[in-house]
Amino acid sequence: MEYVSNKTNIAKRIARFFESGSVVNLGIGLPTQVANYIPEGVTVVLQSENGFLGLGPAPEKGKEDKDLTNAGGQPVTILPGGMCFDSATSFGIIRGGHVDYTVLGVLEVDQKGNLANYKIPGKMVPGMGGAIDLVVGAKVVIAATLHFEKNGGTKLKRECSLPLTAREQVNYVVTDVGFFEIKDNKYILKEVFAPYTTDFVVEKTDADIEIADDCQQVEI
Amino acid sequence: MLVKEIISVEEAVSKINKGDSVMVGGFIGCGTPDSLLGGLKEVGTDDLTLICNDSGILDPENPTGLPALIVNKQFSKMLVSHIGTNPETGRQMNAGETDVQLIPQGTLVERIRSAGIGLGGFLTPTGLGTEVEEGKQVIDIDGIKYLLELPLRANVALIKAKVADKSGNLLYSKTARNFNPVMAMSADLVIVEAEELVEIGDIDPEHVVTPSIFVDYIVMSK
Repeated sequence: MEYVSNKTNIAKRIARFFESGSVVNLGIGLPTQVANYIPEGVTVVLQSENGFLGLGPAPEKGKEDKDLTNAGGQPVTILPGGMCFDSATSFGIIRGGHVDYTVLGVLEVDQKGNLANYKIPGKMVPGMGGAIDLVVGAKVVIAATLHFEKNGGTKLKRECSLPLTAREQVNYVVTDVGFFEIKDNKYILKEVFAPYTTDFVVEKTDADIEIADDCQQVEI
Repeated sequence: MLVKEIISVEEAVSKINKGDSVMVGGFIGCGTPDSLLGGLKEVGTDDLTLICNDSGILDPENPTGLPALIVNKQFSKMLVSHIGTNPETGRQMNAGETDVQLIPQGTLVERIRSAGIGLGGFLTPTGLGTEVEEGKQVIDIDGIKYLLELPLRANVALIKAKVADKSGNLLYSKTARNFNPVMAMSADLVIVEAEELVEIGDIDPEHVVTPSIFVDYIVMSK
């Protein structure tokens, strides 16, 4: 079976996690795309750690406001009823457990729930920003990543080799081949995304994978 | 209320001395006091310690704002949470030219807040089991482990507001608020760069975000 990377499927599947009223923080890059696929009838409140709740879509060209950006510095909008606050309040919301879901990108994730996403020593050191507070503070931590690295290895590791952003905090990993829960030092495969099969996932992933009893192949 | 002195950018930056620690409000260029930073670049004061969320977005062709001071090597030390949008900061760090310390964003802002509100530090779970933990005291409270993080104060805070009244009460604009109100509490000298100046009494007391007693001088944005 040939693997074709598909970021859209990752975003679509993660968008189905939320209930109406969920407070959600979406990281920069792939996680940001999740907002485009939230099912009709579900109203979530998006938090942006630079200091507001009620994050809206990108503005029309020419309507950007220099005083309204997301945590990546890009122009955004704020929905009616949204509100702004300072960074201390913003991280009080985060550390205080008031964010239900955080979705983050990954350099490496491992089967203990360790996450590495801020540093490749000697190569790239962007800094941990607020991701490190989000993984510790949010009730549910979802790691969003392509399943495979460019060299053919998987992003899902037995043990992270890069400096950790947080230890044992990741609850779920959603890749473009499946949806995994991290439990008891294993990846529990909950759904496999068509056309891939459970055999494909187990064979191609160098980590301990258990197939959930109710695991199904699903169309995203 | 006491009226605060409205001074020029030149006068404001002359109050910053070589070797000072300087807090700079803003988040990736949003809510950054760019007129003050422009003035600070002009006078070239160096050996400064920067305390800021990040090191700004570098335009290599035409560096402005905070990145211009970084290119100019005016900071010998930086305490920041993120440098990914300014590769020059990473270069200086890797070359050993500048002491860059990366701090989790929530921890950075809370350390600044602690200094401003008279706390001797705070306990946070952020960074446990990571490089952030190195050299820090771990304290167990009811079976949960926390890192002890200490207050962070500065000689000077340069902050940006949308509106100031003449006594120094401040209003911000949307996400340009970020670190600004927190830094306003935590430095010996607080200089606000404001876009608009209004009379005392024009801001509804219920709406004031930064109380005037924190502000020493007002500078108008250019």
